[in-house]
Amino acid sequence: MSDHDSELKPSKPAIWNDPKYRALFFQIVLVLALGYFITTIVNNTLTNMESRGISTGFAFLSEPAGFGILQSLIEFDESHTYGRTFFVGLLNTMLVAGLGIFLATILGFIMGVARLSRNWVVAKVATFYIEIFRNIPLLLQIFFWYFAVLGALPSVRQSMSLGAGVEFNNRGLYLPAPVPENGFAIVGWLFLAGIIASILLARWANKRQESTGQQFPVFFSSLGMIFGLPLLVFFVMGSPLSWDYPMLKGFNFQGGISIIPELLALLLALTIYTGTFIAETVRAGINAVSHGQTEAAMALGLNRSKTMRLIIIPQAMRVIIPPLTSQYLNLAKNSSLATAVGYPDIVAVFMGTTLNQTGQAVEITMMTMGVYLTISLVISMFMNWFNKRMALVER
Amino acid sequence: MKKLTSTFLLTSILAVAANSVSADTLDSVKSKGYVQCGVSTGLPGFSNADASGNWKGLDVDVCRAVAAAALGDADKVKYTPLTAKERFTALQSGEIDILSRNTTWTLTRDGSLGLNFAGVNYYDGQGFMVSKDLGVKSALELDGAAVCIQAGTTTELNLADYFRENGMKYKSVTYDTSDATIKGFEAGRCDMLSSDQSQLYSLRIKLKNPEGAIVLPEVISKEPLGPVVRQGDDKWFNIVKWSLMAMVNAEELGINSGNVSSMKNSDNPSIGRFMTGQGEKLGVRDDWAYNITKQVGNYGESFERNVGMSSPLKISRGLNALWSKGGLQYAPPIR
Repeated sequence: MSDHDSELKPSKPAIWNDPKYRALFFQIVLVLALGYFITTIVNNTLTNMESRGISTGFAFLSEPAGFGILQSLIEFDESHTYGRTFFVGLLNTMLVAGLGIFLATILGFIMGVARLSRNWVVAKVATFYIEIFRNIPLLLQIFFWYFAVLGALPSVRQSMSLGAGVEFNNRGLYLPAPVPENGFAIVGWLFLAGIIASILLARWANKRQESTGQQFPVFFSSLGMIFGLPLLVFFVMGSPLSWDYPMLKGFNFQGGISIIPELLALLLALTIYTGTFIAETVRAGINAVSHGQTEAAMALGLNRSKTMRLIIIPQAMRVIIPPLTSQYLNLAKNSSLATAVGYPDIVAVFMGTTLNQTGQAVEITMMTMGVYLTISLVISMFMNWFNKRMALVER
Repeated sequence: MKKLTSTFLLTSILAVAANSVSADTLDSVKSKGYVQCGVSTGLPGFSNADASGNWKGLDVDVCRAVAAAALGDADKVKYTPLTAKERFTALQSGEIDILSRNTTWTLTRDGSLGLNFAGVNYYDGQGFMVSKDLGVKSALELDGAAVCIQAGTTTELNLADYFRENGMKYKSVTYDTSDATIKGFEAGRCDMLSSDQSQLYSLRIKLKNPEGAIVLPEVISKEPLGPVVRQGDDKWFNIVKWSLMAMVNAEELGINSGNVSSMKNSDNPSIGRFMTGQGEKLGVRDDWAYNITKQVGNYGESFERNVGMSSPLKISRGLNALWSKGGLQYAPPIR
């Protein structure tokens, strides 16, 4: 018996014939070859730059930049450093990408639902919007908004007044800026307190509904707490807020908040273009929920809007979120087309002017690529987390 | 299959390693048969393609002169239009052999970009162009103005310095190409356009109504413009430098494209040296300077033809006259 056993047992192969070690061997060889390849490229680049007298390193980041930037969210003038131009550009990129994602989501959801509407006009308007703007290249759309629409606005001297101190001309949109006075802080705190109280109220109402089945008008009471009470206090205290209106002084409007046309054009184009893709994603998601769900909801006596809100949308979200993430990533990366109309994003400022003034192409390109990689990974991580939260919880 | 893959990998590594040996530009130009020249994306008078696609201009003539010296034929040039932002990278990476694109010579560019300026073919200075309707007489009245400029130029830096010095504020609207800046200026996005004065004249004729814009008298900087080559190839640097010098020397000696053939046997020793100008010392043909003058013309001819009084730009010689006539154009002797 034992003789048979030893015969059946496969003899241990030599180490170079063992598939496990073989696989490991080739993987190690591949990693080594790749490592050698990369170090060669890096060394080669450094040697070449050295022999051609091109400066390397990151010392340039602390040198004064000596040029101005059109729009900056942090304090910036010519005397600040090249390093700071990086942050100015980064913030401008994040501003346009953040606003773009927010607005494109709203527009996309509205248009996606509208395309499925039973109202013929609404559905056709949505279809036209999607089919037109989805099929025109984004760069052309940016040029269209910048040169054809915003460029055709009246000049500063003949600025259009839109009422309430809002001015619109070919140098941008000028809004009055609120200037808080004594006591305004109380209104702000009340507003914050209202938001927190509303969240707590919603939780409490949910719990109560689960245990007793009784509902509470959360929406209207929250509205009262967030806006009603602060507004009441605001007027009782005698409106402690004044406005800084934009005024035409010299060549341009001074004061107030100004939104440059480059930002407007880029934002419009990105929102409208990405909105079409989001609309189609939303439509696909809603269509993916089987009709049986609607019928079941109806049979339970839920009305149309409640069916949509409580049954269809939550299930559709599971289908919508993964492709939605791709659209957000696209929007963030497409914002680099800013350079075409002179919006000072990171590509225009840092990879454009700063690169040209310092000539340190390798370092600057690496840093800029790192920025887009980081932004994209952060969006991805957030959306993955959100997706997990929305995923079907199997009980 | 595995063998094939690893062989491929090895060859590609070797190919990368071999690349690090810096190439001799003259040899590569001779073997490919043309000079690859970086020019602007369209600046009338300096480098601009005409209706039939031929590049013309003062900067283009430098490239043509280099081709005449290196290859004996001024037409053997291929052009790469570059924006201000792209130009240095294109030269550093070896995509072009020579950059002749109204580029200002500065210490930073000489010292940290790995480039060499081969001379000055146009002495310029930065100025301002405003719309006539604005009623502005001097740049000092421009506090708070919006300025259209081109990205990646010395213009951006000089502008910041000038406004700072005079305690004035400005908003810079920065575009990629000079075409976009003039478009922005025309559309009223900014009150003025700032650039080298020569460019202002050149861009002004692109306006729908050139009479509606004026160039202010202030010149706020020194802008010596010239051709640029890579560092580390002195032979090629010399050829570019002396091609430019030959054009200036030709004007000084009174040689032009019309009389160069008849002056070939002149008794004047300077002219004699010019005609058989010791080409072997530069590594080019002996009649290099003759070829430049015959095919491209001397500096004065090139200037008049492209930007001078016989061109739409109508720029006077000013600083760019010969040193003997009160200007700055001066070339070391060919001897």
